[in-house]
Amino acid sequence: MEFPADLKYSAEHEWARVQNGEATVGITDFAQDELGDVVYVELPAVGSEVAAEATFGVVESVKAVSDLYAPVSGTVVRINEALQEKPELVNTSPYGEGWMIVVRMSRPEELEQLLSVEEYREQIGAKEG
Amino acid sequence: MTTPRRTPLHAAQQQCHARFMDFHGWELPVQYRGIIAEHLAVRSDAGLFDVSHMGELWVEGAGAAAALQGLLTNDLGRLQVGGVQYTLLCNEAGGTIDDLTVLRPADSAYLLCVNAANTAVDWAWLREHLPEGVAARDASEETALLALQGPRAEALLQPLVAADLTRLRRFHCLETGALGIATLLSRTGYTGEDGFELFLPADSAVLVWDALLETGVRPCGLGARDTLRIEAGFPLHGHELDPRTSPIEAGLKRFVSFDCGPFIGRAALARQAAEGAPRRRIGLRLASRAVARTGYAILRQGLPVGQVTSGAFSPTLQSSIAMGYVESRVAAAGNELAVEIRGKPILAQARPLPFYHAPRA
Repeated sequence: MEFPADLKYSAEHEWARVQNGEATVGITDFAQDELGDVVYVELPAVGSEVAAEATFGVVESVKAVSDLYAPVSGTVVRINEALQEKPELVNTSPYGEGWMIVVRMSRPEELEQLLSVEEYREQIGAKEG
Repeated sequence: MTTPRRTPLHAAQQQCHARFMDFHGWELPVQYRGIIAEHLAVRSDAGLFDVSHMGELWVEGAGAAAALQGLLTNDLGRLQVGGVQYTLLCNEAGGTIDDLTVLRPADSAYLLCVNAANTAVDWAWLREHLPEGVAARDASEETALLALQGPRAEALLQPLVAADLTRLRRFHCLETGALGIATLLSRTGYTGEDGFELFLPADSAVLVWDALLETGVRPCGLGARDTLRIEAGFPLHGHELDPRTSPIEAGLKRFVSFDCGPFIGRAALARQAAEGAPRRRIGLRLASRAVARTGYAILRQGLPVGQVTSGAFSPTLQSSIAMGYVESRVAAAGNELAVEIRGKPILAQARPLPFYHAPRA
């Protein structure tokens, strides 16, 4: 299982990639593997506000429906429209084409609360490498 | 906390990277590589399921047929030697205690293949209602059950069994050897595809499992079994059927015979068949990919008219489908209904069942 070192992670298995005050958000390889085949992703509208640790959407696999939690607060500036037709991108490319939303952060200091890759690996009990 | 029950193939399934789930006290594989891949394998090729958790109840002897007919809705008189029949076990009110298949491998030998969650209840019901002198035996523990399903099932199975499979027609069974192991082989399944079910001695099931996997067939879990049976429009007891739901409401009237002599529940079912059931099972096709899950409300013009009993994203149709019960007045195919998903009404059209028909070979 893969966990890129340049990402921040939440305890709820989301990741954030931060660039120029914006955070791209998705779910981790561990999360997609636990969910199994993703068949539907419900995302917020562009322009809506999300709050750290509050739900911003829903991901449904064949087995279950799970809430998505925002790792940071801010305004949704982009959503991954491709997931409408190809939700399986969340399984095949969780850190790439399976990204979900981009948030313009209103409280960048919240990033401090997120986990490093080492801390996240420890939380899920994943082995190094 | 009780120890989960396991099938004789549990260790073999671990080797296949199974992920396990609890199913009515059983620890069973929900998936191996992935539910959708397994589903599609069964539709296009073949898949192998371990369904050893299901119950096997034998009723044998001279009085077996007459005694069973007093409990089962379908006409057992039409079940020939070597035949298999889908039927239902009902209570006095016409509610469904279980749905099952009856196999008749020999003249006065009947095997009831029943749902795992109901085996104990069915067995108690048989013991209570079968007259003395009719021999009944619960063989569930000593029997393993494999289901090989899909258009390539016959080709994959033939080299392993003695019988000529081209001569075993759908809904028929025979006793044969699989790798020399005594096997009751039935051309039946729960996927909507052609396929076979192999009743095997529990202690040798793993040999047949391994030999089938060596042919390249994909092991499949309960996840795919569920999405396949939903596409095929098959009810699952505990979802579409329960002791408060009649076969008439479920759209299973063709498995209820009013000409075959009295059986428990017949009066209630006859009344319902004559008067019309107040609610009916329907299929739904949703306008969104969101999954309509068990218990979600079905709406008509914003008002609740029923409930979803099973739903899935259909890998074959690439859309979200469901079954549920609605008031009969709104049950007609083509009706525009909605399913309430997370507080929002999602458009859903009432559809005839099944959603999927296997192409004829």
